[in-house]
Amino acid sequence: MNVDVLVAGAGPAGLAAAIELRKLGVADVLVVDREHQAGGIPRHCAHTGFGIRDLHRLMTGPAYAQHYRGAASAAGVTLRTGTTLTGWPATGWPATDASATPERQSGTITATLTSPAGVQIVHAGAVLLATGCRERPRSARLVPGSRPAGVMTTGELQQRVYLHGQRLAGRAVIVGAEHVSFSAMLTLLHAGAEVTALVTDQPRHQSFAAFRLAARLRWRVPVWTGTAVAGIAGRDEVSAVLLRDDRDGSVRSVPCELVVFTGDWIPDHELARLAGAALDPGTLGPAVDTALSTSVPGMFAAGNLVHAAETADVAALSGRHAAAHIAAYLAARQPAAPGRQAAPGRQAAMAGQAGGRRVPVPVMVAGPLRWISPNGISPVSPEPPGGRFVLRSGAFAGRARLQVRQDGRLLTSAPARLVPGRSIRLDGRWARHVDPAGGPVQVGVL
Amino acid sequence: MTALGRPPEPVADVLIVGAGVVGTAIARTLARYDLDCVIADAGNDVGTGTTKANTAILHTGFDAVPGSLESSLVRRGAELLRDYAQQAGIPLERTGALLVAWSADQHAEFAGIEDKARRNGYLAIRYVPAAELYAREPHLAAGALGALEIPDESIICPWTTPLAYATEAVRAGVRLRLRTPVLGVTAADGWHEVSTGSGSVRCRWLVNAAGLESDRIDAMLGGSGFTIAPRRGELIVFDKLARPLVGAILLPVPTPQTKGVLVAPTVYGNVLLGPTAQDVPDRSDTATTGTGLSSLLAAGRKIMPDLVREEVTATYAGLRAATEHRDYQIRIDASRRYACVGGIRSTGLTASLGIAEYVVGQLADAGLELRKRDGSPRKPPVLPYIGQTGRRPYQDDARIAADPAYGDIVCHCERVSRGEIRDALASPLPPADLDGLRRRTRATNGRCQGFFCAARVASLMGAPGGARAGRDARVLA
Ligand SMILES: Cc1cc2nc3c(=O)[nH]c(=O)nc-3n(C[C@H](O)[C@H](O)[C@H](O)COP(=O)(O)OP(=O)(O)OC[C@H]3O[C@@H](n4cnc5c(N)ncnc54)[C@H](O)[C@@H]3O)c2cc1C
Ligand SMILES: Cc1cc2nc3c(=O)[nH]c(=O)nc-3n(C[C@H](O)[C@H](O)[C@H](O)COP(=O)(O)OP(=O)(O)OC[C@H]3O[C@@H](n4cnc5c(N)ncnc54)[C@H](O)[C@@H]3O)c2cc1C
Repeated sequence: MNVDVLVAGAGPAGLAAAIELRKLGVADVLVVDREHQAGGIPRHCAHTGFGIRDLHRLMTGPAYAQHYRGAASAAGVTLRTGTTLTGWPATGWPATDASATPERQSGTITATLTSPAGVQIVHAGAVLLATGCRERPRSARLVPGSRPAGVMTTGELQQRVYLHGQRLAGRAVIVGAEHVSFSAMLTLLHAGAEVTALVTDQPRHQSFAAFRLAARLRWRVPVWTGTAVAGIAGRDEVSAVLLRDDRDGSVRSVPCELVVFTGDWIPDHELARLAGAALDPGTLGPAVDTALSTSVPGMFAAGNLVHAAETADVAALSGRHAAAHIAAYLAARQPAAPGRQAAPGRQAAMAGQAGGRRVPVPVMVAGPLRWISPNGISPVSPEPPGGRFVLRSGAFAGRARLQVRQDGRLLTSAPARLVPGRSIRLDGRWARHVDPAGGPVQVGVL
Repeated sequence: MTALGRPPEPVADVLIVGAGVVGTAIARTLARYDLDCVIADAGNDVGTGTTKANTAILHTGFDAVPGSLESSLVRRGAELLRDYAQQAGIPLERTGALLVAWSADQHAEFAGIEDKARRNGYLAIRYVPAAELYAREPHLAAGALGALEIPDESIICPWTTPLAYATEAVRAGVRLRLRTPVLGVTAADGWHEVSTGSGSVRCRWLVNAAGLESDRIDAMLGGSGFTIAPRRGELIVFDKLARPLVGAILLPVPTPQTKGVLVAPTVYGNVLLGPTAQDVPDRSDTATTGTGLSSLLAAGRKIMPDLVREEVTATYAGLRAATEHRDYQIRIDASRRYACVGGIRSTGLTASLGIAEYVVGQLADAGLELRKRDGSPRKPPVLPYIGQTGRRPYQDDARIAADPAYGDIVCHCERVSRGEIRDALASPLPPADLDGLRRRTRATNGRCQGFFCAARVASLMGAPGGARAGRDARVLA
């Protein structure tokens, strides 16, 4: 099968991109999603708070997802759910049926799909990766102890409660005190559980003061700051969580039956890595320039895969931004010589050797900053999605100044409030003044 | 009469206590003979003890104590299991191992290690100079001086193995009794009266394959030859994206105290780092510890820094059934009609079929009458393939065409289809809980640990005909 654009992931980013691509006149846009219903994470976020920046209204997650599903089909996007993009056969991983080896076509990216309809090969003029992100589970955070039932992430919790109608019983301890942690609290209360506390190893919570206040006054749920999870106890079910007070090192055991690990996002970057795309060391998603282009020619990335995690509207705007650049890429693409098609990784190497492709200027962060996205300035189009870069800090700073420099030259300086896990936005007009031939751009905090 | 007033069961020929990899291997070997055989385990599944949590290496025995029973049974067991795995669909990969020297002292031990390997009958060991080592393992930390290659060391699936043995045994008529802890044994006239947590069992012969409890069962039969001193081993499982970093199993030079921390691929496509070795008082304490995990990361950083930068998928711990003796504690007491198969410390997965062959031979010598069953010998069952290098259902167009449930991926990280989950729930030995399903299909074992799929998997398990998920005990509806 041949398409103009293959979009992996029908979350806000993927669907918004596909709709925009159709508006820009791209004919064959195929969006695949491994879940049975399109919409991504918002499908199971029952609370309100979606759609402000992209749709200019306020809606619940499921309503927001439904809006995008409707808009995508109205726009003539081909949407296939229950369909997983499993890999790139040209890179040899995963191994596929010899009889299914694709006819080699110039300039396209070849992908393998699995669905109940079978294993299928797709050749796409361009690919958008919009596979989103997940929360690090307990194991990835190296929380020691036994391995009883009752330990989960917010993603699992929301699906149990809102997609599968499960009720929950017992006392819950929530690990984290950022927006998503308060959302997990509401989900637990809704499902019938008690919430003992939110715990964070940070000196303060990282959400809105209003959320913190409501938790305390309305639901009487405390936030225990400066508190790390030192272990989990229980044989078959959780019996307690061990909490260490970072101030004096003391460890106490808090009885509970549920532990929910929230936040600590990591992009679902498997497809990007299997394609040989370079990763950004900060975001751990594929490195992308301001055109949301990855290091693999013809492969773009958007949404929480490149900034884990922003709100859905930011992800959707990121998808729309990518769509414009994908359309431009397709329009400008020179058909390569027949028989020259190669693995995406090798294509990149070839393009690099040929010296034909201008490389983006990398953007790096220092100090308390953890990452910036996008993390490269495209020589063709320095404007970031929505006119802004997004950043994350690892530490609090009430009145900080961000400074952006290239080769010692100050490009901009802007005030910022740094809260770990919270989005920091930086107006991106300075990117126009980046010297495409200069050194990397450095973003620091004064 | 039992406490419940039921008539006593007929006296079985053999009762095997413990359905770990050793007990199930013995069961499947005895199942070829015309015997009434029962296998009882305290757990809710086969292989829930040490068998499920180890390093999953099919050893060659190159480093065993020459002349020991362990040395010969590891060698024989590996030979038998390699063959059996192929027939039964047990994932196995011959990755080979490289035993790496990081100091001149360690390098100087190579001659002794090679000599020991030869005395264990393993001749294929050979020296690999540093240049060749780095060509083969480019991600190895700098500073390695050279290695010994043991080309036949392999990796195997520790979950499918006891499941295949038990399936074969059950199909041949062996009665598997789970949730049946053996509490006491009294001698009767020509049989043992065995009291369990779910009624009593009578048997003429008793085989003790109770792993960490094997000394206690032994004491119930009057033995006093050994005491189990559990030695915990913690391990870290790295993301499958780390798999290309490692070619062979990377072994350290052992010290008199420990075999040390190794790096090994798994048949599921992950990379293992571990194990630690710590004596613990509690025979059920399989909790990981903060110090254990950080010591592994420190060790890993010295072996392969790139590995430690990858995401961690899981951590776990297993308990070795160590004793005060160096060798396996295998003894047959003909007068008591009793076989003790205990202290199978750190090689039992590899040696299982060798141990079974040896024990059954000893039982026959001691007077257990072995008559082959009529008809042609049964072939091993073929279990669903859950490895990474062979073809999985999601990759198999013909299979999906025949049954679209194999194209409906439920667990995205491990690419487990609804068809595979359905098959496991309907298998002769269905899982009792989510852990059992994980060991049969890999569902929820991946990097997200259930973020995307645990809710759906739980629904599938709770569906009519499915088992209830023990891990979901807190979920009411
Ligand atoms: C608990 C919680 C509360 C939140 N609350 C809010 C809120 O109040 N307001 C708000 O604006 N945002 C909120 N968000 C954030 C919002 O959900 C995300 O920003 C948004 O969903 C990101 O969109 P995305 O398209 O990048 O990724 P996702 O929504 O994660 O979509 C990615 C899609 O890719 C699919 N996929 C992945 N890999 C493959 C593959 N190999 N093949 C096929 N398909 C694949 C997935 O199935 C998924 O549908 C919340 C998030 C969480 C977890
Ligand atoms: C960290 C670690 C790494 C290892 N690595 C390897 C390796 O790479 N290769 C290898 O070959 N081996 C390895 N081993 C060793 C291997 O795992 C063991 O030798 C093997 O699993 C022992 O099997 P078993 O059947 O004797 O014991 P178990 O698996 O412990 O089975 C004993 C069973 O008996 C049951 N039981 C106990 N008491 C009672 C009772 N009273 N009534 C009823 N049932 C009872 C238990 O429930 C249990 O299921 C490793 C071990 C550890 C701990």
